[in-house]
Amino acid sequence: MSWQPSASLERLAQRAAINRQIRTFFDDRGVMEVELPVLGRAPVTDPFIEPIRARCNGATRYLQTSPEYAMKRLLAAGSGPIYSLGKAFRDGESGRRHNPEFTLLEWYRPGWDDTRLMDEVAELVGHLHPGVVVTRLRYRDWFVEHLGIDPHRATGAELAAVGRAHVEIDLDESDRDAWMDLLVTHVLEPRLPEGLVLVSDYPASQAALARIVPDPTGQPVARRFEAFLNRMELANGYWELTDAEEQRQRFETDLAKREGYGLPQYPIDESLLAALTAGMPACAGVALGVDRLLMTLLKAEGIADVLSFDTERA
Amino acid sequence: MATYSINDFRAGLKVMLDSDPCSIVENEFVKPGKGQAFNRVKLRNLKTGRVWERTFRGSENLESADVMDREMEYLYNDGEFWHFMEPESFEQHQADKNAVGDAAKWLKEQDKCVVTLYNGAPLAVTPPNHVELEVVETDPGLKGDTAQGGNKPATLSTGAVVKVPLFMNVGDVVRVDTRNGEYLGRAKE
Repeated sequence: MSWQPSASLERLAQRAAINRQIRTFFDDRGVMEVELPVLGRAPVTDPFIEPIRARCNGATRYLQTSPEYAMKRLLAAGSGPIYSLGKAFRDGESGRRHNPEFTLLEWYRPGWDDTRLMDEVAELVGHLHPGVVVTRLRYRDWFVEHLGIDPHRATGAELAAVGRAHVEIDLDESDRDAWMDLLVTHVLEPRLPEGLVLVSDYPASQAALARIVPDPTGQPVARRFEAFLNRMELANGYWELTDAEEQRQRFETDLAKREGYGLPQYPIDESLLAALTAGMPACAGVALGVDRLLMTLLKAEGIADVLSFDTERA
Repeated sequence: MATYSINDFRAGLKVMLDSDPCSIVENEFVKPGKGQAFNRVKLRNLKTGRVWERTFRGSENLESADVMDREMEYLYNDGEFWHFMEPESFEQHQADKNAVGDAAKWLKEQDKCVVTLYNGAPLAVTPPNHVELEVVETDPGLKGDTAQGGNKPATLSTGAVVKVPLFMNVGDVVRVDTRNGEYLGRAKE
């Protein structure tokens, strides 16, 4: 194992410069930087995000997989627009585009919806990457154009039939979301144009913490969006759910899903639910992977090339 | 037999898939932020040589394949089998046509090869990257023509046919890259 850094010193200097640009971008817009705990009592309940467990003062804590819940508590406390530029941790995620600890830029805009926030994502990326071409796309149109299938209405069997034409995998028809994810990662993402692509109106089954609202055709969709930069997933945003009761149901649905997949169970974050009950302003929020942004801006092959020390060298 | 979870996947790992031994060529971790983790894996079927892509989910496991690569000396061909010997134990192995495949045309007695054993029996043979073989048949050389440019086919002692420069003659020994069949030069000696 080498003691040397994974990234060149030149890239680390560029990284520092981009951090400064990000902070100036938000400072100029009156968005306050906040620092959040890395050690939390409860992790997220997302079925496919695994927290790293830690011991602290004799109790179990979880390294935060994103600062989302803590930031929402600040919003409920009346913080106004806020951003965080810090580390997030996800167990089991290692690869060319993944490192178990990574830098997440997350921000919230009270009074905004996902559409307006997508504009700001484009402005931020354009600020850091002048001249970047921005394309907007609805999740449904993405599937219809390339695969000839409506992801909101297709049955599992239909999705699996299209999926099997492109992907060899041992997966049954019941897991609609897995088939949609496979079609995105194996077929649709590689066909995206160069530049920033904002994909909106995700399937309701993949709403996570986004509101579910009927689209212009009457189809209930998640007001969730994802940003892709040069065919790489970069950011994920929501017009945020603010209803405490619905939030609790989604936590419970997540935990039931985890059980179905044989994944560990985690405590529900009661502090977040209490904050939502007290009242969180309507808002939109987004989390953006800074290391991936740097990979594109600095033309790096892998995530390790923009990290001082990747997980193999840490 | 050991099993591997997809977290153990890396290039070179030998696993059983659909009852055939396979070698992992490439492994890419793929995970949409909110979605399931997948591994996109390129595998080589060690029996057929076929390389293809297959995707695995986070929960899947594969059995390890009892496959190992051994350096051996090529001894001789008896008309049906190619015979190899492990240099330290002197243990001998015979490989059939399927196992030797294209390597046959590069095998010279006493050369060191890599023999891939599957459950103890030869499954594949990899010749040395560079071999030195005698030209046994080619058009006569043009005297004094040592200039560059122009080549002609030459049959080597093992039966391989490679393109050599016009000045090479029967009896000359050439150095060849077995991975692409290219002439590298006249063997020094």
